[in-house]
Amino acid sequence: MNIPVLSIITFLPLACALLLIFLPKEKTSLLKTLVLVITVINFIISLTLFFNFDGGTSDPQFVEKAEWIGYGIHYHLGIDGISLFLVLLTTFLMPLVILSSWTYIRERVKEYLIFMLILQTGMIGVFVSLNLFLFYIFWEAMLIPMYFLIGIWGGKRKIYATVKYVIFTMFGSLLMLVALFFMYNLYYKATGTYSFNLFDFQNMILNPNIQIWLFLAFALAFAIKVPMFPFHTWLPDAHVEAPTGGSVVLAAVLLKMGTYGFLRFAMPMFPDALMKLLPYLSILALIGIIYGGLMALIQKDIKSLVAYSSVSHMGLIMLAVFALNFEGLQGALYQMLNHGLSTGALFICVGILYERSHTRLIKDYGGVSKQMPVFAAIFLICILSSVGLPGLNGFVGEILCLFGIFQANQMFAILAVTTVILAAAYLLWMFQRVMHGPITNDKILKFPDLSAREIIQFVPIIVMMFWMGIYPQTFLRKMDASVTHLLDTIKKKEVIFARSQMAPDTVLPQLLLPPDVPEILEEEEAIIR
Amino acid sequence: MIPSSYFIVLSIVLFFLGALGFLIKRDLITQFMSVEIMLNAANIAFIAFARSAGSLDGQIIVFFVITVAGAEAAIGLAIILLIFKQKKTIKTEDINLLKG
Amino acid sequence: MTEFFWLIPLFPLVSTAILALFGKHLPKKYVSFQACLAVFLSFVFGVISFIGLQNAEHGHAALSKTLFSWIHSGNFKADLTFQFDPLTAVMVLVVSLVGFLIHVYSIGYMSHDPGYKRFFTYMNLFTFSMLVLVMADNLILMFVGWEGVGLCSYLLIGFWFEKHSAAAAGKKAFIVNRIGDAGFLLGIMFILIHVGGTEFGTINQAVSGGILTPAVVTLIALLLFVGAAGKSAQIPLYVWLPDAMEGPTPVSALIHAATMVTAGVYMVARMNMLYTLSGTAGNVVAVVGALTAIFAATMALTQNDIKRVLAYSTISQLGYMFIGCGVGAYAAGIFHLYTHAFFKSLLFLAAGSVMHALSGELNMQKMGGLRKYLPRTYYPFLIGAIAISGIPFLSGFFSKDAILTQAFAQGNYFVWALGITGAVLTAFYMFRLIFLTFHGKERLEPEVKKHLHESPPVMTIPLAILAFFSIFAGYVGLPVVFGKNLDFFGKFLEPVIHAGHGHHLSIGTEWLLILISVGVAVLGVFIAYIFYLKKTEIPHNLVRRFPFVYKLLYNKYYIDEAYNAVIVNPLVRGSEAVYKHFDLKVIDGAINGSAATAGWMGKVLSTFQTGFLKDYALIFLLGAIILIGVVLF
Repeated sequence: MNIPVLSIITFLPLACALLLIFLPKEKTSLLKTLVLVITVINFIISLTLFFNFDGGTSDPQFVEKAEWIGYGIHYHLGIDGISLFLVLLTTFLMPLVILSSWTYIRERVKEYLIFMLILQTGMIGVFVSLNLFLFYIFWEAMLIPMYFLIGIWGGKRKIYATVKYVIFTMFGSLLMLVALFFMYNLYYKATGTYSFNLFDFQNMILNPNIQIWLFLAFALAFAIKVPMFPFHTWLPDAHVEAPTGGSVVLAAVLLKMGTYGFLRFAMPMFPDALMKLLPYLSILALIGIIYGGLMALIQKDIKSLVAYSSVSHMGLIMLAVFALNFEGLQGALYQMLNHGLSTGALFICVGILYERSHTRLIKDYGGVSKQMPVFAAIFLICILSSVGLPGLNGFVGEILCLFGIFQANQMFAILAVTTVILAAAYLLWMFQRVMHGPITNDKILKFPDLSAREIIQFVPIIVMMFWMGIYPQTFLRKMDASVTHLLDTIKKKEVIFARSQMAPDTVLPQLLLPPDVPEILEEEEAIIR
Repeated sequence: MIPSSYFIVLSIVLFFLGALGFLIKRDLITQFMSVEIMLNAANIAFIAFARSAGSLDGQIIVFFVITVAGAEAAIGLAIILLIFKQKKTIKTEDINLLKG
Repeated sequence: MTEFFWLIPLFPLVSTAILALFGKHLPKKYVSFQACLAVFLSFVFGVISFIGLQNAEHGHAALSKTLFSWIHSGNFKADLTFQFDPLTAVMVLVVSLVGFLIHVYSIGYMSHDPGYKRFFTYMNLFTFSMLVLVMADNLILMFVGWEGVGLCSYLLIGFWFEKHSAAAAGKKAFIVNRIGDAGFLLGIMFILIHVGGTEFGTINQAVSGGILTPAVVTLIALLLFVGAAGKSAQIPLYVWLPDAMEGPTPVSALIHAATMVTAGVYMVARMNMLYTLSGTAGNVVAVVGALTAIFAATMALTQNDIKRVLAYSTISQLGYMFIGCGVGAYAAGIFHLYTHAFFKSLLFLAAGSVMHALSGELNMQKMGGLRKYLPRTYYPFLIGAIAISGIPFLSGFFSKDAILTQAFAQGNYFVWALGITGAVLTAFYMFRLIFLTFHGKERLEPEVKKHLHESPPVMTIPLAILAFFSIFAGYVGLPVVFGKNLDFFGKFLEPVIHAGHGHHLSIGTEWLLILISVGVAVLGVFIAYIFYLKKTEIPHNLVRRFPFVYKLLYNKYYIDEAYNAVIVNPLVRGSEAVYKHFDLKVIDGAINGSAATAGWMGKVLSTFQTGFLKDYALIFLLGAIILIGVVLF
């Protein structure tokens, strides 16, 4: 099988965006339908990844490698159990995002669709790149369409929000770029060859003192993206101002880039620095959980409430990642998908309310359930999924995360369990104020219940919520090998030994033996015999 | 054979004439011509050095410069024309659109 | 047939799914028929499995079926496994039987409600969750049911969500329960870490194998009890249950009296190996139970809302069940759970019938003399009241007596004394309820009286059936004084429940204890009779004499207000302050500050940018000359 599936799903949206440029902008429904079809096709193609994915190995699969610019810059794609589901999450959500924007976006529809498609290429590209240069290009490329999505179709303070978002993200990623070139240079000095290859970088044994700085540069970029406390303030602003589709993508996929970056780059490349900084990072994550929850409790705007709930949920995910055990990592991975689904769905719900009344303030609502019973049921399911009700997806991830945290540090786990209470408190309180009680606002009396299109966009999400909650094995088993491998990389014994031998002022890295160590050992044994 | 320094001196003189013209003259067209003079001053220097070094590199660069100058003339004149259309003037002291 | 026992919870699940997806298009009659049928099928399969269990060989007294493996990740393992052992059998039968009767009753009670179909959907979902809870073979799956019933409770309390108080009560119930759940989850984590699995069999082996240190056992037991206290409304987490009465009455009967609130008791009984091993935990359970029993009973004394009296009574009775579990008499606790399910749901349904007759009136002060109008409601109500008061030969007498006798036998005299005091209060407030509602002067509003009517048979027949069980259900577990081997109930549960260390009392002492508890029950009834039928001025005089005590009781010790003042408000205010001063000022301030600094610097530097071509050219030239100078010299 030599079909370059990864390249296809990465660049199909971009190709579609190019095509769109030549189509007349007045025919909005044609454009929307075309984009919807393309994104659905893209999702179907990406499903082949899932079915052909071998869960038994941690090696990257569907690898495509080609010469590109030279100097170690290759076109190098591949996925493993960590990125597989994030790619699928992206392709799965895109058609729904298009559907949710169907009537929400009325101006400049063509541009909106083009930016969405470019964004999709960027997002998938980030998840599939195995060459750090390529990764960085996608990482930055993603920023541009998002900048416009918020800046053009946003709310009242859109310019402030979008500039804040871009500056925050740029600040982190520039430091990452510096660190990236520093490593590139080190690798060249140590080996005499150029490389941006992820695995080459992982095999460098760096001096722990240098690692700290490199790790901090990478971690800052990712921590801003997650976002971890105290780098979270761009998130509520961006969410509040972004159009529904933008919020959904932002919450469901863009935030995952941060956690993904930790798992894929920062942690395996700089394990010593990670170990040294682990307590501080864990505490930041823990603060994020509680702080986000408390802030969500008192928000007056539904969207910023959901945004702060993201801060809290992502804090739990990060804490589980920092637990550095199998259950924690797998739980965190699973919870990333759950968060993508449930928070994405919540933003769609808020968008539906906003489309009807053009306000996001909780106090303007009340008694909506009476008017929109179907919506009430769907909204409640999404909330319960976010709260972590057993039987829905959130529970599986949450309990694995908590168990992972518990194994690492019982005190942290006891504090982290407050998320169980806080999540219920802020979400259900919001639900009560928005959906229940007497109808206070005459506008609400005119609310139509969900249209067929609006129901259809929820169907796949809700099916997935139940599936992931009831039969998580489908997903967990595909992750096993990669999670084990990740843990091994971080805790590799011979690396730790080599580092412990290193003089404190060493700058040049040593290189890890090539992966075929066992064979060499066998040869040696044979010689001895 | 005429020594290279003659050409260099010519080139320097031409260049500073061009620069002076650019700084003193007020209308864009004359300034534009001054720029052309400066470019050609550089061309003379290139040719001179190419001859003394016995390599063709300098002459090749001159071709580049002439090409670029041609393109520049086309674009530059077009811009000047547009400015004149809008502002009804090509006096540089009347135009400060780039003020920070 | 018994191998199909795992179908028991699936009937209501399938029914829920059908109703949720297609309910809108189904006729009303069919909806209720299907809902009742599903629960009835569960009951039938429960009975079949129960009989199968009776006939099973000794030592194989449990059925088990793994449907599929649910979550596996590293050391974390949870399967979808159902089991059916004696304890489960009792719970399944109670849940499905009482559930079925209440479903039938609801056909009449909810007939005029616009949310009729939604109601039956929720009720089926509840039955499913509750059955999962009691049939789970591991704690994680149990937690699924546990949260599921919590969700249904939320949905059903807030069933009339247009009412502000109902929506608020539902939310309060869910959040308070979540506090308990957090404790429960931590307990599960500790078990997972120390035992390596959450299957009851595994835990049992680990505990009897002595793997766990006593401190760990105590910790786990206490954490699990936090969960139980949340679900079963014990101090300090009982506050949600009185508010839960905002839901429709059948809901109060099914969820907030007979089944869901007893889940905590069931869980403690299920984990009895832990509580038996840890004396501290057992004592905590018993003392919390006893305090709750008496505390809730005092609050019931002054309430005028007929359902709230019953709600406080439920809290109090749950306290008794925990006394049983705490002193090691798990069988007695479960026995009380079982009898209580009948008489308390009977009382609620009868109260619902009264409300139905009085167009939704809840205030007892506006009732009175209803006996002659509602005879088919009155007699079941009376039977329920007698049963709960502990008058001999009705079910409540046997179960309550079993608990108190055990408490005494264990030497836990303090708990026993509290229990006995609670018994006086129980008899008093129940008969206060009876006398104020059905006897004495009529105090009905004229408008209400016009519409006064007895409930339809679809409501009164379930009452009659429940009344029957309230009388006779106790005869399966007679105390020792009536004969050596008459405690069938305790014997049936023996395979699951570790028998307490045989503190047997002499027959004489047992008789004495029985006499005392009968005496206090009669005393309570007598006082109520004097207060509310003979000398009705006494209560008023008491109120006038002790206004402080009355106000304190009437306002439920101001506990809700205290929680708001001490926990909720500081949390909200504090968060608001942090949001305003930290999130917006410090963090955002730092960001906006650095942006502003950059902007200011740009402005300063941009003064060089005059916009005149010549200035640029001059600077350019000077720059070039300087550069050349640098290169040359």
